[in-house]
Amino acid sequence: MRPDPQKSPSLAITVLVSVGCHPLTGRGRRADQDARGVELARALPLAEVRLLHAGVLDAGSDAALRGYLGMGFDALTLIEQPESSDVVPALAEVLADHPPTLVIAGTRAERGEASGLLPYLLAERLGWPLVAAVAEVEGVEGGVATLLQALPRGQRRRLQVRLPAILTVDSAAPAPRQSAFGPARRGQLAVHEVGEAVPDAELVEWVEQPARKRPKRLKIVKAASARDRFKAAAAKAEGGSGQVLDGVTPEQGAEAILKLLKEEGVLRR
Amino acid sequence: MLDTLLPILIFSALALAVIGAMRRIRLWRQGRPSPVPILQGLAAMPRRYVVDLHHVVARDKVMSNTHVATAGGFVAAAVLMILVHGLGLAQGVLGWALLAASAVMFVGSLFVARRRRNPPARLSKGPWMRLPKSLMAFSLSVFLITLPAVGVLPQDAGSWILAVALAAVLAWGLGEMVFGMTWGGPMKHAFAGALHLAFHRRPERFSTKAGGKGRSTGLKALDLDSPQAKLGVEMPSDFTWNQLLGFDACVQCGRCEAVCPAFAAGQPLNPKKLIQDMVVGLAGGSDAHYAGSPYPGKPVGEHAGGPHGPIVAREGKALVDAETLWSCTTCRACVEECPMMIEHVDAIVDMRRFLTLEHGNTPNKGAEVLDNLIATDNPGGFDPGSRLHWAADLNLPRMADLGQVDVLLWLGDGVFDMRNQRTLRALVKVLRAAEVDFAVLGDEERDSGDVARRLGDEATFQSLARRNIATLAKYRFQRIVTCDPHSFHVLCNEYRELGGPGGDAHYTVLHHSTFIAELYAAGQLHFTPWKGGAVTYHDPCYLGRYNGEYEAPREVLRALGITVTEMARSGFRSRCCGGGGGAPLTDIPGERRIPDMRMDDVRETGAELVAVGCPQCTAMLEGVVEAAEVRDIAELVADALVILPVKMAKGQGRAGQARVEELAS
Repeated sequence: MRPDPQKSPSLAITVLVSVGCHPLTGRGRRADQDARGVELARALPLAEVRLLHAGVLDAGSDAALRGYLGMGFDALTLIEQPESSDVVPALAEVLADHPPTLVIAGTRAERGEASGLLPYLLAERLGWPLVAAVAEVEGVEGGVATLLQALPRGQRRRLQVRLPAILTVDSAAPAPRQSAFGPARRGQLAVHEVGEAVPDAELVEWVEQPARKRPKRLKIVKAASARDRFKAAAAKAEGGSGQVLDGVTPEQGAEAILKLLKEEGVLRR
Repeated sequence: MLDTLLPILIFSALALAVIGAMRRIRLWRQGRPSPVPILQGLAAMPRRYVVDLHHVVARDKVMSNTHVATAGGFVAAAVLMILVHGLGLAQGVLGWALLAASAVMFVGSLFVARRRRNPPARLSKGPWMRLPKSLMAFSLSVFLITLPAVGVLPQDAGSWILAVALAAVLAWGLGEMVFGMTWGGPMKHAFAGALHLAFHRRPERFSTKAGGKGRSTGLKALDLDSPQAKLGVEMPSDFTWNQLLGFDACVQCGRCEAVCPAFAAGQPLNPKKLIQDMVVGLAGGSDAHYAGSPYPGKPVGEHAGGPHGPIVAREGKALVDAETLWSCTTCRACVEECPMMIEHVDAIVDMRRFLTLEHGNTPNKGAEVLDNLIATDNPGGFDPGSRLHWAADLNLPRMADLGQVDVLLWLGDGVFDMRNQRTLRALVKVLRAAEVDFAVLGDEERDSGDVARRLGDEATFQSLARRNIATLAKYRFQRIVTCDPHSFHVLCNEYRELGGPGGDAHYTVLHHSTFIAELYAAGQLHFTPWKGGAVTYHDPCYLGRYNGEYEAPREVLRALGITVTEMARSGFRSRCCGGGGGAPLTDIPGERRIPDMRMDDVRETGAELVAVGCPQCTAMLEGVVEAAEVRDIAELVADALVILPVKMAKGQGRAGQARVEELAS
């Protein structure tokens, strides 16, 4: 949305959007979670939404990014970065220059490293709080946003977070609106200049190979009746041994996590 | 006194009519430019009227004769009246001819009046109810005024009061017939209709003197390359001028309404009202004066618009609601029935284009299907590499391996549907029995683009079409055969504009029923006689109305020994199954389901089995609870096949050879 000079924006939102990848065909597209983030932002009243992407601009990414413009935007801010560069510094620079009230991103990208760490690294750099798996923004008042966070099995947790903040959305957020061809074609990819691109030193050393299909662990339900099967399907995950740590020092907390990881065999020594 | 009064009356009415005509033409010219051959069109108009239009009108014999008498009488009377009373040429035969013409017109108007006494629901009321009276006023007054002129009555018969009264009645008649023709009365249809015939957007649809039934059913492609070109129709003025002219020609006879499956299902669509709404938009105003059946569930008088205002509002109400446009199954029953040759379906798709390409508002599953088509080239979002999984055991020859065959078997998206896979298996069995040299594209095939186009996504349609055309251009074959009339129609008619058959490509496209009929006629197929019960046949819209193929499927059924018990609505009047135009995806609620109504038609014939020739129809009709058995023609043929012993040996030989080759490689 183009800023309206008459009306001061009450809520500046920047949505971080990435180039997606269709799971079956691998074709470029708007990434599903990012598109849900855009939808979440657009649904907020009086929101002034800016789309931000950092990455390579070529024919493939152009078509994919236009998918976001097709959701009814005139422009998308693009920070051009060469292949295999670390986009976190560039994004942080742009966000720090014109700090929005809210930054929304998908939980993880559909291609590349897709570690899901980018929002956390950004939050760390900017010193902003981060809320993961947001399903709905219920309202923003007095610099505090009321959010609904999605938990497993359709549960929701109401949270309040002081702004500015970073929110990530996953597939619990409402489905994105259709991307229309006309606005997608007309929209501008506005290139934003930032300082020197920082190469991603670690990524360069990595070797990429196609993922191997791993066997799925089967959940064997020995049920005699339909009722048992239904109960098994609807049952909550059985943790049982879960432990809530309250009022402990970071060291004690880390100690407890380390102990659990050793018990589960994740860390071996 | 009448001698002076009449010329004044006649010529002032004519002058007013000319002014009205200018006004009306200005309204039409608000539309986008669309070049037409003006003189050629005007020259072709009488034939289009007498042959093509009356071919449609003549489906109702009484109305057809009524129209011939009334309209013919009027045209003759009007011309003669100008000569006799306007220019005073009453001598001799002219006056008598005028008497005859007005008498014929009067008889016609009596029939119009009879029709209007208990008008069927499809007819519009309002100003149309006064039309028979106006017709009578005109014909009777012209007749009476002409009597003294030819000398049957003395010049000074009756008093001057009578003369003035007569002149007043004539003024009324002239007002309706001449003035009203161009100023928006019911007679507007004559003026706009004549020009609409001359400047029709699809002149190919009319027959020609050379013979052959004209046919043009494809949509017009959108220009996607120019950023200035509008994507579809947002406002009435985005239609081309001759489309607007076409809307204005509507006589509100409601034949479209009577055959529209969506209207019958209680979905909010009435083709007649839609066209009238476009007329309202053309001139500006509200639909409050509309006097016909409304869109089911939508009261009249709540919608308004103008030539440069939106047709569908993003929020709230404008001229038409989006769900009206999304209710259409694009079956073209309305277009087939329309005596004024109006193109309702094209207009609906034009408006849908704007909703999809600009608003991004394709309802319900429509948007998801379009996304799937973009990402996976099939509407279901299946892995495009799994197109041939259904035929893993059939060892289908691939185009990529052979490069050149006689027949390319176009499988369509039915490959992902287990029901349609049965049809495809049957078709493959038939082709093999007839020893047809065929191959399939396999994973190289994509959706034909039909559903994307009907949902208004011209961009996805053109993308799919261009890639399909490029794939087809790689191989050599004489024909494409498909069991999907939608693919058939699109491949055959709509790829042409983008470089398909008829353009650079040299192949013909056939529906499987046509091909099977041909194989049978050539003696390549032999059937055991039919032993089952009564059978009826459901004409798919895209095979029948769109492409005129009514006979081949019936020929095949006859060859099988089946006597088809026809439904009341069959052939060009076939009722849609409800599966076309993306209607099952947009799924606009109504009071009934269209396939249920069609299955009622089937039941009425007492048939136990309904033969179909379309995967959509199969799916829709099989979805009816307590349905008659639904079988594709290919399945019926495959079941009745007699494989002659010689052929069997040959077939085995072939298979054996293939096996040897496989072992060798």
